[in-house]
Amino acid sequence: MPVTVRIPSYLAEFAKGQTALVLETGARNVRGLLADLWKEYPALRDRVVDEQSEVRQHINIFVGEDAIRHASGLDTPVSANDEIMIVPAVSGG
Amino acid sequence: MPAVQHVSPKSGDVLLLVGTMKGAFVLRSDKARKKWSVGGPYSVGSPVYAMAFDTRDGRNRLWWAQQSFRWGTILRSSDDFGRTSTEPEAYSVKFPEDSGLALKNIWQICIGPQDEPETMYCGVEPAALFQSHDGGKNWSAVEGMLKHPHRPKWVPGGGGMCLHTIIPHPTNKQSMIIAISTAGCYRTDDGGATWQARNRGVRADFLPEKNPEFGQCVHKVSRDAANPERLYLQNHWGLYRSDDGGDTWQDIANGVPSDFGFPIVAHPHQKDTAYIIPVESDEYRCTPEGKLRVYQTKNAGKKWEALTRGLPQKNALETILRDAMATDTLRPAGIYFGTRSGKLYGSNNDGKSWSVIMDGLPPIACVKTAIVGEGGGKGSRKSPSSKKHKAAAPRAKSRAVAAKKASGKKRAVARAR
Repeated sequence: MPVTVRIPSYLAEFAKGQTALVLETGARNVRGLLADLWKEYPALRDRVVDEQSEVRQHINIFVGEDAIRHASGLDTPVSANDEIMIVPAVSGG
Repeated sequence: MPAVQHVSPKSGDVLLLVGTMKGAFVLRSDKARKKWSVGGPYSVGSPVYAMAFDTRDGRNRLWWAQQSFRWGTILRSSDDFGRTSTEPEAYSVKFPEDSGLALKNIWQICIGPQDEPETMYCGVEPAALFQSHDGGKNWSAVEGMLKHPHRPKWVPGGGGMCLHTIIPHPTNKQSMIIAISTAGCYRTDDGGATWQARNRGVRADFLPEKNPEFGQCVHKVSRDAANPERLYLQNHWGLYRSDDGGDTWQDIANGVPSDFGFPIVAHPHQKDTAYIIPVESDEYRCTPEGKLRVYQTKNAGKKWEALTRGLPQKNALETILRDAMATDTLRPAGIYFGTRSGKLYGSNNDGKSWSVIMDGLPPIACVKTAIVGEGGGKGSRKSPSSKKHKAAAPRAKSRAVAAKKASGKKRAVARAR
């Protein structure tokens, strides 16, 4: 099934210059989707998740309009034609 | 974003590497050290707690740790003083998955011995020591430190749970002393296989047990220029000297306005000589009485004298962090420090007089020095990833390879002999 992953411009250089990545995936949840994303664009992995495969603290992932932190985390389901957004949190100083 | 400028040092020039909370700067001067040109900022907007310069084996390689609160922490390097730099596709300093740990920051980059030009070390948060034996391409955690039995009892300090000081022994490659906040000093005498707490005599005022085996909040340690067994230690309360490589420590806070502070550096040539910048109390953490004073001892801590010429003695409420003071290796020695208020000070005469080198920087986290071409080469060696800015580096080898290197049968810390 096709799923679109939107990434911030900072990450585009690690994804062949693209900010909208269309993946063909059989993943049923965000965890599986990210695993497919790393296969296609391996340089994104360490920038989005840490050594324990946890999403970095100041990065948010949305499925549609829902932040996965407030859903089921990496087990949040994904469906065909979903739009996934990886966005840096508004934080820092 | 600010315009990035570059410096073009020549062999023999002095470099000042300045890591700030908003990027890295590279300053250059000739040996007079009176006028400085400024390169940077590099890694604009990112905290840079660690920098180093590798002149071994013909290199002139700049290293820095770029921390991003969003994207994690990476090591970057440049063979042209920052003009172009590496940005590895896969991060090179990473904890093994089964450690349960994740890298927060790199606090120290330590260039290995001259006769082992591929050896480097990193001190990181959470507290661990990493090593590379291929010039910084691949890194692995030193197992003896990663799996230290004290680890579950270590408690983070205000700066986090960081391994911030790495001091290889200059003649015994089996020996190295490191410092962790808040755990204290640990020394290996077997190339990194095992590490023993070396804190006897160092107090921990913030613990129920004031003289524990470990748990001290050591802020910085520096080795004497002439006597490799003599170490100086600035503690979270307490100023100490060891004459036996860290086995025991004696209080040397004689005549200083406060024994609280962060940096301590030994003179690069003169024995028994070291520098500190006391700050007032662990709650206030500013220079006492609004006076910015560097204190120098020339007799291993029996007496300290204030060095103030050129430093503000009114309304100078400054904080100088643990890695924000350094010396160069010239004669007379250059001594430099940076403040959290973004001022960079320097002396080109062993501390006798001081001047502002730069003002208006972001808060300064680290200051390091180097002499270009000191290793005798022409700087022709290529960086671990030699593609231009943000080009992809070779991906890190598998963890199995890294782990094999880490276990390294007595080669752990320091491929060491």
